[in-house]
Amino acid sequence: MSILVIAEHDNAELKGATLNTIAAAKAIGGDIDVLVVGSGCGAVAEAAAKVDGVSKVLVADNAAYEHQLGENTGKLVADLGKNYSHVLAAATTTGKNMLPRAAALLDVQPISDIIAVESPDTFKRPVYAGNVIATVQSSDAIKVASVRTTAFDPVAAEGGSAAVETVDIVDDAHVSKFVGEELAESDRPELTAASVVISGGRGMGNGENFEMLYKVADKLGAAVGASRAAVDAGFVPNDMQVGQTGKIVAPDLYIAVGISGAIQHLAGMKDSKVIVAINKDEEAPIFSVADYGLVADLFDAVPELETKL
Amino acid sequence: MKVLVAVKRVVDYNVKVRPKADGSDVDTANVKMSINPFCEIAVEEAVRLKEKGVASEIVVVSMGPKQCQEQIRTALALGADRGIQVETDAELQPLAVAKCLKAIVEKEEPQLVILGKQSIDGDNNQTGQMLAALTGMGQGTFASEVNVEGESVKVTREIDGGLQTVELTLPAVVTTDLRLNEPRYASLPNIMKAKRKPLDVTTPDELGVDIAPRTKTLKVEPPAERQAGIKVADVAELVEKLKSEAKVI
Ligand SMILES: Cc1cc2nc3c(=O)[nH]c(=O)nc-3n(C[C@H](O)[C@H](O)[C@H](O)COP(=O)(O)OP(=O)(O)OC[C@H]3O[C@@H](n4cnc5c(N)ncnc54)[C@H](O)[C@@H]3O)c2cc1C
Repeated sequence: MSILVIAEHDNAELKGATLNTIAAAKAIGGDIDVLVVGSGCGAVAEAAAKVDGVSKVLVADNAAYEHQLGENTGKLVADLGKNYSHVLAAATTTGKNMLPRAAALLDVQPISDIIAVESPDTFKRPVYAGNVIATVQSSDAIKVASVRTTAFDPVAAEGGSAAVETVDIVDDAHVSKFVGEELAESDRPELTAASVVISGGRGMGNGENFEMLYKVADKLGAAVGASRAAVDAGFVPNDMQVGQTGKIVAPDLYIAVGISGAIQHLAGMKDSKVIVAINKDEEAPIFSVADYGLVADLFDAVPELETKL
Repeated sequence: MKVLVAVKRVVDYNVKVRPKADGSDVDTANVKMSINPFCEIAVEEAVRLKEKGVASEIVVVSMGPKQCQEQIRTALALGADRGIQVETDAELQPLAVAKCLKAIVEKEEPQLVILGKQSIDGDNNQTGQMLAALTGMGQGTFASEVNVEGESVKVTREIDGGLQTVELTLPAVVTTDLRLNEPRYASLPNIMKAKRKPLDVTTPDELGVDIAPRTKTLKVEPPAERQAGIKVADVAELVEKLKSEAKVI
């Protein structure tokens, strides 16, 4: 078996999600090649070559791949993927955008969001907002799967010394163009990688009140998340949404503040090791998944929490 | 221009589904079925494009057993002009759906195809991307803003790091995220009117599509249950527990 893992990166840095994806590849077993597709991404390829367990790094470095537009990268992944038994990518927005496109070109039914490898052709994945876990077997010759990163412990970033090979294929579909982006800038850890996450919901009342959460976060080295209601209301930007359709997190500690605990929110955080809920409604469903529940007004409890830490 | 919208019939988002006792499938007997929320947003976006004078006709497609005509009628009541049902009682996987949609796209020649980014049953997030691949179109996935400008469409996408805007040559595929719009409610007169709007029925066979499943669900099970926790009396006790019991801070 030979597995092609698509690296998650921003042309400058290899992202941690790649290490979780390689862990899933190891669970399948076989040679693991990593594809770095981007522009000016040499440093990423070098970092990928050092990752434990990688046999070979393929680098497709071309202006056409600068913003990793799925129309271009999907074609490249299909072109290269046909030589492998498995193609894996992290279930990030980049992976989710590109991978099904590649799979369709390979005439493969992809498997989204795998959380366990049962055998090289059988995987577990959550459906119905995580209320059901399905065990799915693929009969396609090539298995194409996206990996839920929180379900696989990352492999070591160091210890390998893979060869780096250049790929000359330039796939430019000429149907899409990058116009611009607004990326959130923050000194706090990334939501999906943080060991502590504190999230606010509709109960926060407005965006300014999130300041209280940022203060606690800074004391704990935590990332700050939000419910959909808080994002929809414009309190905070979309990249902070945790849930079925937002980010999936599984930190050591998740603190839900003013969040009721709808199934769509739970889908994104209920695999956290320890869950704390602060809510003034003792009937709130969030308490049914919380290890420690505090029935209190958040406007009293959160500032007090900050001073006691 | 013509807009094609795909809609899926799914278990309503308020229903908490459970696996059947024998683990063969989820129990969907007697549960409320609805149009997938993301598909509803797709229909709304098409209707808004029509209201702005950008779209001239909205064709809505759904696939599955006879009952999915209900979801087509819902879309027609929201403002779509006509419906197409691809009728089958067989299991349809996203690749098969994308192939059926491709066949319909070839016939209807829409300039824009709008789909939900994922359906809340399978949570696959695949069909739009696969349709775009099979037709060679550009894909504006996870859209929070869509602006048609002449021969192209600008799509703002919700990505992990924030927002990204891309420009796609028409025809193109767009998949909706939650914040693209807030769907309207269908008015009673529009629900009545929708009953008389045209609805054609075809089949995967007629479209020349092989829908044989590529994956098999061996079993379904509930996720690991969390152990019930405790209520703490105050912030002091919470901090104390987190430090000495859970040891996470
Ligand atoms: C297709 C679909 C996808 C979705 N995806 C997601 C998703 O990815 N993520 C997500 O989060 N949601 C998602 N949702 C929305 C979800 O169903 C809920 O509507 C949402 O999670 C509710 O957010 P909330 O808990 O902040 O708000 P609410 O449900 O309004 O809860 C607010 C809570 O704050 C408490 N509160 C208010 N004031 C105070 C105070 N002063 N002190 C203490 N507590 C207070 C209240 O008691 C209440 O429990 C989705 C919905 C749909 C239909």
